[in-house]
Amino acid sequence: MVGRGVLKGMWLVLREFLSTYPLGRMVLRVTGQPAGNRLVTVQYPDEKQQHAERFRYFPFLVYDQTPDNLRCVACKICEQECPPQCIHIVGPAKDEQGRPLKVHGRTYPVEFDIDTSICMSCRICVDVCPFDAIEMDNQYEMSSTERFGEMAFNKEKLLKSNEYFQQIKPTEASVVDQRLEAKKPKPAPTQPPTPPSAA
Amino acid sequence: MSATTAETQLLEINLGPQHPSTHGVFRMIATLDGETIVKLKPVMGYLHRNHEQIGEGITYVASFPFTDRLDYFNAMSNNFGLALAIEKLGGIQASERGEYVRVIMAELTRLVNHVAVTGFLLNDMGAFGTPLLYAFRERERILDLFEAASGSRMMCNYVRPGGVREDVPVQWLERAREIVNNFPIFLDEFETLLTENEIIQQRAKHVGVLPKTLAVNASITGPMARASGVNYDIRKVDGYSIYPKFAFKVPLGSVGDVYDRYYVRILEMRESVKILQQALKDIPGGPAISPKGQAISKAPRTFKPPKGEAYGRVESPKGELGFYLVSDGSSQPYRYHIRAPSFINLTVLEDMCLGQKVADAIIILGSIDIVLGEVDR
Ligand code: SF4
Ligand code: SF4
Repeated sequence: MVGRGVLKGMWLVLREFLSTYPLGRMVLRVTGQPAGNRLVTVQYPDEKQQHAERFRYFPFLVYDQTPDNLRCVACKICEQECPPQCIHIVGPAKDEQGRPLKVHGRTYPVEFDIDTSICMSCRICVDVCPFDAIEMDNQYEMSSTERFGEMAFNKEKLLKSNEYFQQIKPTEASVVDQRLEAKKPKPAPTQPPTPPSAA
Repeated sequence: MSATTAETQLLEINLGPQHPSTHGVFRMIATLDGETIVKLKPVMGYLHRNHEQIGEGITYVASFPFTDRLDYFNAMSNNFGLALAIEKLGGIQASERGEYVRVIMAELTRLVNHVAVTGFLLNDMGAFGTPLLYAFRERERILDLFEAASGSRMMCNYVRPGGVREDVPVQWLERAREIVNNFPIFLDEFETLLTENEIIQQRAKHVGVLPKTLAVNASITGPMARASGVNYDIRKVDGYSIYPKFAFKVPLGSVGDVYDRYYVRILEMRESVKILQQALKDIPGGPAISPKGQAISKAPRTFKPPKGEAYGRVESPKGELGFYLVSDGSSQPYRYHIRAPSFINLTVLEDMCLGQKVADAIIILGSIDIVLGEVDR
């Protein structure tokens, strides 16, 4: 019969329509029809979708305890590897004689800027950083009317605490914490261990 | 003046470059005689982003995020193609689990692409909204999987030479199994809505026929070639990665019209579901990336493949996607070229449109399945 295909399709659409409302779902149940899919629209700003833990949106710099104790040592590897070249680092900080300044036993960058209007959230900087100093954020509500001012993140804006990292990405942060813990120089043992070759 | 002596003029019209029916910034200059197309000139290049040149100025691994933006519906397959080329160039072995994850991702991508393109095609035919939204509802579930594994829904940047960047999270495989097992239900629903629909059959059958010989001569690949009856699927003929392990068929069309192209895609999705079910069943444990691949993605600049060239290709949802790399022994490719399926499939647009009505040109273009990011690069 010509038109049967069209009618079948229309019946399917009607079923989907009914199943979006409680009353319609009841009708479907009573008449013994298979229930369709529920409404899937999320009423953004009022309700927000839960995003995955790995969801990434722009990098940030991690510090431990206090903001001056940042993990970044200004090695500039991320600056080199960033595909669109949106990281800009000045440093490491030096004194007048040209010796690198250290805070908490580490060199640190004088300036660290990321132009987020260029950054494509690719996560390569995180992959290449040997010090786990840079991680991906998940804040996505940062629209701006300016091309440069607000979109160019400076060091102050990029710095976020390790607690924050643990809060947004618990799994990843715990892996990183373990790795850093293993790297930490062990307190010097009282008895210097005999080198194996000395035997 | 009688009707026979009436003088008619040819009319030249522009479709695009900014027009919803052209799927991006693509322009067709059509010459019409009445409503019949007598000449059609495609104009492309509006979205040219210098992808290949950029790729020659950065390390091999740094090109991965840019390949996401080629065909932005299929980031995972694009990554996969480049990873295969780099593996060939540098002689890298992929880990077993990595291969499985990559194949799972590539096939999920095929589902995403095919549901989306079918939805868009129906939109072009005038079925506004309904099929497209049903398709996107399904696509959304798979994109959630991508987000959980890679951190991004579309710009995944996930596959690396030697495997994948990080293993899939816990519970991910269970979620994937559930979605894949429920997918045929959606496909049945989708087919009820579309396949038997008389209006669609009237609209799409014998429209934009691509003969088998022309498809071969113009090196058309992917679902378009298969709809014309060309039995050519890189997964079968090249057998890259671990595809030879899976049992699946290559669906073929007979006429090569718009309807066949639609239906071949539906059948392909069913085959993809089969591959996915097998892969999700057999996936082994172990590391998701081989040690060498891990070293490369941690320090891209240290990867200096020996002098030579390599061509890695995958059956992307749109056709044969190939990456050609020439190494001069440094950490950056000397030459980086992409064989983009959308671009090459687009070359037969005029041949398919000649003699058809102008409204048909829209659905013929829709049935080719192009993404301008890949056409222009
Ligand atoms: S963020 Fe990491 S890679 Fe970048 S300069 Fe700092 S320590 Fe080096
Ligand atoms: S996420 Fe990618 S684009 Fe953004 S700063 Fe890091 S490397 Fe550069």
